[in-house]
Amino acid sequence: MTATLNSLTQIDSPVFQPERGFIVAMARDARLAARSKGEAIQALAFFVVVVSLFPLAIGPESALLKRIAPGVVWVAALLSVLLTLPRMFANDHADGTLEQLALSVYPLPTIVAGKIVAHWLMTGLPLAVLSPLLGLQFGLASGELAVLCVSLILGTPVLSMIGAIGAALTLGVRGGSILLALLVLPLYIPVLIFGAGAVEQAMVSIDFSANLSLLGAIVLLAGLAVPFAVAAALKISLD
Amino acid sequence: MSLFKYSSPTAFYPLAGKLVPWFAALAAIFAVIGLYLGLFVAPEDFQQGEVYRIIFIHVPAAWMAMVIYLAMAMYGVMALTFNTRLSAMMMEALAPTGAIFTALALWTGALWGKPTWGTYWAWDARMTSTLILLFLYIGYLALINAIEDKKRADKAGALLVIVGSVNVPIIYFSVKWWNTLHQGASVSVTASPKMAAIMLWAMLIMAIACWTYAITISLVRVRAIILERERGRSHSTRVANTLSATNIVAGS
Repeated sequence: MTATLNSLTQIDSPVFQPERGFIVAMARDARLAARSKGEAIQALAFFVVVVSLFPLAIGPESALLKRIAPGVVWVAALLSVLLTLPRMFANDHADGTLEQLALSVYPLPTIVAGKIVAHWLMTGLPLAVLSPLLGLQFGLASGELAVLCVSLILGTPVLSMIGAIGAALTLGVRGGSILLALLVLPLYIPVLIFGAGAVEQAMVSIDFSANLSLLGAIVLLAGLAVPFAVAAALKISLD
Repeated sequence: MSLFKYSSPTAFYPLAGKLVPWFAALAAIFAVIGLYLGLFVAPEDFQQGEVYRIIFIHVPAAWMAMVIYLAMAMYGVMALTFNTRLSAMMMEALAPTGAIFTALALWTGALWGKPTWGTYWAWDARMTSTLILLFLYIGYLALINAIEDKKRADKAGALLVIVGSVNVPIIYFSVKWWNTLHQGASVSVTASPKMAAIMLWAMLIMAIACWTYAITISLVRVRAIILERERGRSHSTRVANTLSATNIVAGS
């Protein structure tokens, strides 16, 4: 770990490239996650368990289950991402790494962006890849499964990004995880609406591209602004 | 130039104290006039009967719910850019009033909805986004109360409200489009009949009453916050001494 941390605090190339902070931070977080696979798998298992609870609560009536499938999968994805958010900065905060990162030669927003992408690769992407399997259990047709998967691929990065702001603001605060949910869930609503809406429109054979375009627009807008907001939030929390 | 001196809590404290009775008086006068016009002068609505009179509090409350969140976001920008403590204190003072107005708008809306639509709650776009606004207020209050370091709480709260205010239009439009997508349960609030001039006047006067009430109560609250935060500094010790002295005099 020392080696990668050094690469963040020292300039190894003769020409200073600020964008390298993104790659180094992403690689570091991805390597850390790969060494403790349990955490990513737990989030995925949680996702599957929550989705499986709904048929048990509602009953095995397939027409009803099919109707609620997009909403159920999306809400479960939201909760699953939510549970992984505290880890995004908490470990680095606990052992002081985060302060080193804030002092690093690279701009903090680039490092934050790298961490967010790594978080998405470990949580959002696996959820999206697994989602067609769960959709199949609810009787979605193949075209609808594809839309579900694409909507999650487009939507989960936003969940990681907005979540990063909440995680940075609640860093080290007592009762942090419930507080985090309270802060972040209302801000997740547009993504939920557009994501689940796209699948619902595909189910009634309406053009769903508008919802996917809106999700794409939100990803781009959030991608521009969120790294700076998270960097500001981290500086407030580390002060 | 001299106005900037009031960005200091110590200088603002007495000014707020002087302003409070004036705004309180204005709020009381406008509330009395507005309620009189609304409840006694304005005619009965030919479609909804007497029930419509709830709009004289409902609409101003809904306006205040949004206006106060925007005002908080504005103070949040000031708190983060100019690093003024008073801005963050104003946010903290405004938030409970904003949350109460939001809750009031939802509550009166539900009371109006039952006789008019036959249901307390419909997943109408406006109601849903007002509910989400209430969640945003609750989130802000929860965050600033959970952080013990006041300086950090101020800045974290400011950032959260700014992020929230960027999201408010996105939330509003997403909920609106979601609502039109699911036509079934939607109720049209926008197709309300034209209001008589006297009803409009009553509503506007009630809106002014709500504005002045919100200003009064947040000034009172910000004075309490200033005293609490500046505890131990010479200015607040002086105020506290005067307060306890008057209490002793009043008690004896």
